[in-house]
Amino acid sequence: MKIYVPLDTAAVAVGADAIAEAIVAEAKARDIPVELIRNGTRGMVWLEPLVEVETEAGRIGFGPMELADVPFLFDDLEGHAKALGPVEEIPYLARQTRLTFARCGVIDPLSIADYEAHGGLTGLRRALAMTSADVVQEVTDSGLRGRGGAGFPTGIKWNTVLGAEADQKYIICNADEGDSGTFADRMIMEGDPFTLIEGMAIAGLAVGATKGYVYLRSEYPVAIRVMNEAVRIARLNGLLGADLLGSGKAFDMEIRVGAGAYVCGEETSLLNSLEGKRGIVRAKPPLPALEGFLGKPTVVNNVISLATVPVILEKGAQHYADYGLGRSRGTMPIQIAGNVKYGGLFETAFGMPLGDLINDIAGGTATGRPVKAVQVGGPLGAYLAPAKFDTPFGYEEFTAEDALIGHAGIVVFDDSADMLGMARFAMEFCAVESCGKCTPCRIGAVRGVETIDRIKAGDGAAVELLTDLCDTMKEGSLCALGGFTPFPVLSALEQFPEEFTPAKEAAE
Amino acid sequence: MKDFMMPADYDMGTPASKSTNMVSLIVDGFEVSVPEGTSVMRASMEAGIKIPKLCATDSVEAFGSCRLCLVEIEGRRGTPASCTTPVSEGMVVKTQTEKVQKLRKGVMELYISDHPLDCLTCAANGDCELQDAAGAVGLRDVRYEAKETHFEARNTSGEDNPQWLPKDDSNPYFTYDPSKCIVCSRCVRACEEVQGTFALTIEGRGFDSRVSAGMAGDDFLGSDCVSCGACVQACPTATLQEKSVIELGTPDKSVITTCAYCGVGCSFKAEMRGDELVRMVPYKHGKANRGHSCVKGRFAYGYANHKDRILNPMIRDSIEDPWQEVSWDEALSFAANRLKGLQEKHGRRSIGVITSSRCTNEETFLVQKLARGVFMNNNTDTCARVCHSPTGYGLGQTFGTSAGTQDFDSVEDTDVVIVIGANPTDGHPVFASRLKKRLRQGAKLIVVDPRRTDLVRSNHIEAQHHLALRPGTNVAVVTALAHVIVTEGLMDQSFIQDRCDWEEFQEYAEFVSDPRHSPEATELLTGVPADELRAAARLFATGGNGAIYYGLGVTEHSQGSTTVIGIANLAMLTGNIGRRGVGVNPLRGQNNVQGSCDMGSFPHELPGYRHVKGPEVRAIFEDAWGVTIDPEPGLRIPNMLDAAVDGTFKGLYCQGEDILQSDPDTKHVAAGLAAMECVIVHDLFLNETANYAHVFLPGSTFLEKDGTFTNAERRINRVRKVMAPKNGYADWEVTQLLAQAMGADWHYTHPSQIMDEIAATTPSFAGVDYATLEEKGSVQWPCNEANPEGTPLMHVDGFVRGKGRFIVTEYVATDEKTGPRFPLLLTTGRILSQYNVGAQTRRTENVVWHDQDELEIHAHDAEVRGIKDGDWLKLASRSGETTLRAKITDRVSTGVVYTTFHHPDTQANVITTDYSDWATNCPEYKVTAVQVSLSNGPSDWQEDYNAQAEKSRRILPAAE
Repeated sequence: MKIYVPLDTAAVAVGADAIAEAIVAEAKARDIPVELIRNGTRGMVWLEPLVEVETEAGRIGFGPMELADVPFLFDDLEGHAKALGPVEEIPYLARQTRLTFARCGVIDPLSIADYEAHGGLTGLRRALAMTSADVVQEVTDSGLRGRGGAGFPTGIKWNTVLGAEADQKYIICNADEGDSGTFADRMIMEGDPFTLIEGMAIAGLAVGATKGYVYLRSEYPVAIRVMNEAVRIARLNGLLGADLLGSGKAFDMEIRVGAGAYVCGEETSLLNSLEGKRGIVRAKPPLPALEGFLGKPTVVNNVISLATVPVILEKGAQHYADYGLGRSRGTMPIQIAGNVKYGGLFETAFGMPLGDLINDIAGGTATGRPVKAVQVGGPLGAYLAPAKFDTPFGYEEFTAEDALIGHAGIVVFDDSADMLGMARFAMEFCAVESCGKCTPCRIGAVRGVETIDRIKAGDGAAVELLTDLCDTMKEGSLCALGGFTPFPVLSALEQFPEEFTPAKEAAE
Repeated sequence: MKDFMMPADYDMGTPASKSTNMVSLIVDGFEVSVPEGTSVMRASMEAGIKIPKLCATDSVEAFGSCRLCLVEIEGRRGTPASCTTPVSEGMVVKTQTEKVQKLRKGVMELYISDHPLDCLTCAANGDCELQDAAGAVGLRDVRYEAKETHFEARNTSGEDNPQWLPKDDSNPYFTYDPSKCIVCSRCVRACEEVQGTFALTIEGRGFDSRVSAGMAGDDFLGSDCVSCGACVQACPTATLQEKSVIELGTPDKSVITTCAYCGVGCSFKAEMRGDELVRMVPYKHGKANRGHSCVKGRFAYGYANHKDRILNPMIRDSIEDPWQEVSWDEALSFAANRLKGLQEKHGRRSIGVITSSRCTNEETFLVQKLARGVFMNNNTDTCARVCHSPTGYGLGQTFGTSAGTQDFDSVEDTDVVIVIGANPTDGHPVFASRLKKRLRQGAKLIVVDPRRTDLVRSNHIEAQHHLALRPGTNVAVVTALAHVIVTEGLMDQSFIQDRCDWEEFQEYAEFVSDPRHSPEATELLTGVPADELRAAARLFATGGNGAIYYGLGVTEHSQGSTTVIGIANLAMLTGNIGRRGVGVNPLRGQNNVQGSCDMGSFPHELPGYRHVKGPEVRAIFEDAWGVTIDPEPGLRIPNMLDAAVDGTFKGLYCQGEDILQSDPDTKHVAAGLAAMECVIVHDLFLNETANYAHVFLPGSTFLEKDGTFTNAERRINRVRKVMAPKNGYADWEVTQLLAQAMGADWHYTHPSQIMDEIAATTPSFAGVDYATLEEKGSVQWPCNEANPEGTPLMHVDGFVRGKGRFIVTEYVATDEKTGPRFPLLLTTGRILSQYNVGAQTRRTENVVWHDQDELEIHAHDAEVRGIKDGDWLKLASRSGETTLRAKITDRVSTGVVYTTFHHPDTQANVITTDYSDWATNCPEYKVTAVQVSLSNGPSDWQEDYNAQAEKSRRILPAAE
């Protein structure tokens, strides 16, 4: 009997480890041989712990599992109270286009054989047979853009690094996934770590870098464990090291753990932190592509960008580029969270209207109350009220609405949300997480909190000051932390002006 | 655009680019052409267009944090910071759009919301960049109602504000007031990039970001801070502020002059209010220091007003008598009569002079002229005798000039540096900072020193090789380096063939190739592991531009001249002469030691290093001065003292030097001085030598006179009078008055006339006059018809003497040997905060860093003697003994002990012997066999000495 219990942090948080132990114990008691595989998550968080049992009819899902449900897994499967039928047929999963996450939840994350059996290493093998320039061209042609949030074309960045002359170049994977409501990076690292390793190796071949680092946030202990183990296994199997898959080409990498600063997800702070310095933002230029880690040309890419590279090489640039909308090509792993009925990861081609994602895919709010607003792109993303729900999910489309897709995290709020409070939180978050280098962010965020408090206390004149402050932060900040904090603030102010008017009436 | 030109030392915001490719762009409609790599900010400034800024300053790299300098650039999104954006061809920049104006106002409003508005009572009022920037952006209103601030000690409810930090005034010279800090990081960056100490950091993040010296809880004094002042210089507000400015107010004028401490010769702006010196600020166009300073030059000028300073002339019949204050006339006629009387009684050659390496070229020239043209003998010597006389000899013999080959800028192009017998971070701190900057860029370093100096390993620098040799074995090590280079075929054959005497080279090559000079053969003797030495030799020979810097650890040995020759050999062997980034560079100890040597202070040389035996040279001066010059060389300092003890040398005019403290074998010096009948000390203070003087002529400080100093790069820098001499006369005037009292017909009215006389008589100075110095700022000699701009690099197309000369360097061990009675080797040196015998620095607040000399001893040597850290120790040699406290360290190896000689009550030179360099008599300060034992307190000698000194310093008030 082959049973899958996710090792994913989200599943573990709701008891997956206990379920796994109970399954083993139950099997032992019944003397039934069981092969228990700790897979990644399928990304349907409301179903976790989602246990899958392999049957002749495919993998049948059970969830959300409780300990009491375990013994029945060894009885009548079809009649099991938590039976969900074949997992692949669950509509939430069936409606997705899984390219980056194709293997996540399917395979044993630490089995290279499983990885290869599901298409793994095809991309790397192809890249090894190509010239560097051709690999870069392939990625450029795919239309892949930085999935960390900025959306900068990955191929163009790689080309800059390829063209830079240096004795050493680096591939840095930014796995400091700190945005609220996001978990795609963690999910892929826990569920399919070799795809990230393969992606980094391909990036190394493409730009001439022989050394890579994953800067992984300390808050992800499972991902840290899985990635370290995966790197060790990869090295043992020639997927990393001086002789990649017998090609004679070298690439190796290490996992480095961050120290809990949100701003170290900003690429230049990340580089400083990785070098052992204070995690403060560097001014650009020089671009990290030319003077990055230790002053050498460096690719800094998000986990998802790098983890998408293998499938692009495997299936070809055109296959990937065929998905999408406008200049947003391919698929995006959208993470749906907050006050929502069906939260989780939904990978789909760019272009789906925001409202469909919220109301249709995610099923509206968990509380059943009307949606008041959603915040897209993390704590620095704009709030979008239902009036904007027809906005298609795409970089330019969101920019046109003064919003951003960022790392594609969506946090849903129902009509009980206090939007002034949310605006205040944005400023407070910025004040707590500011590196302190540039003035608009260092002082501005603190003044932002104070000014919103004045508005709350009834000082209507402070609204203009808040708007001016937002302009100063937006245009004047050194990095996106200070520069994007105004997005949630101004979007709340613009769409919910009544919540920022003097609170005299409310005080009565 | 000429009308818009910035003042010469206006802050351009970012450092100059060294590129030779020019890029043209348009700033606010004006075209400007700047080197590639220049920032938009600097390009604008070049066009005369100021961009408001706070975090940018041209001494450090752009940082981009203040966000005031935002501009708009056609075709680019947003508002890039002009400091971090490099120019590109055809760029169109707008510095004053409505958008950036609004943004700047917004940023400034934030700054001011967290800044106390006490401008009127602030020490930086009128000299505050925050104030200037607020004005420049037109901030008229701060609309924020700030609750969180760093400047209110208590909040509105009277509770303590945890964000408020008290002022740190632990440093004697400046304060750190966190409540005024705008967190621009300029201080932190200056500490890193300019000084290279890394003492400062930013603690915390976001609004909690604070400048911090060292770890949390450290204050400035307790941190690694070396008080160089770079942070104070960089600070745009009153956060880091000189205490003198807090006390006296902002200066209203400034005069550019030259530091009177070490041989780096830093240029400073003496900033004045009336005739009061408010502060000394490093001058950014100073070619030796490029805007940097150290704790001595920047802050330690308080001795000029110290209560110990003697302002009235004094005389006495006998050194047993107390001093009697008298008029200048009386003192000078007393002195002149005594000297004349001595010459009548004991002969023309019974008196002499000692010139000072602290005084100006002009003053030194006059003092030797006094000996040669008025005393009519060549009894002139100078303190270079005891420091760099072997440099003069060694480099003169091999290259043909008695001076370093490079300018300090040269270090920016060096790839491998050998530092031998020098401790630049303490002795020549500003040069050390420039060297460390180059090391951080990747240049390699080899340190040859018995002691682990800070250059061996400190923050962000580490020597590739530290050859920790036994004191006294320099020659063996240098020869072994040459052995490796020659036997491994690493020499620069074509350079040697083209530039050097080939036959002499072959003889030398044969000599050094002898297996007895191999690192393996000499390892036992030198204590340097052979592998390490071989690796160092290979690195120097093959690592690119190789430069050698050395100090008194080379010269102050019985084979000092031999080591200098060995160093010159190494440079020639590897082809490291005649271009930027290479060369042989003596680090001169005193401000004008180069100049005092140039000016003919030595008894055998007339100005310009020309032997006094040469009739054609004498003729030049005989014509100029209308006298007959004695063709016989005069007495060196040790000979003067010997002759005094013998009764043939009776009178001495000693200007600005304290031979009793600084010269070796103090007892012998004291005996010599005591035997003289007229000792004239011309100094700021009643120094140790004055205890044996009959006439005391008050001296003037470098702030009180005009003149020139010549630094270690041969750079002739102007010294400018910023205040009237407190004693009434500049030193050159006093020498002239003495000469006149002796009957000489001298009538100089300004030092420029003396320089004209130097130029007229000395070929290497032929092109030097005050007008030229005014125009160029400074020149490096030779400056003459052939080199009208001066000579930054020597021996460019060939050696001055013709062919470079290799001379064999046979190692001869010093006679000073360890044995059962004196088993340890003592070597001496300096510390950063103190200077030489400490006459100046001991009379400043610098004593907080070093209030006594300590004996560094290895833990093993201490343990076997039962010595703990801080114990009183007796330090004894064959010459004498003294006491001082122990400092247990691993900076020295076992068998070696180390101390400084800054404090007269220690009298380290009671210990040192009278062994000296075979060629120049330079004393062997650096090697003395000693024994160390526990002690209860000062030695008998120290007590007797102090009693004598106290008695000798009695002064009777002037008769009414």
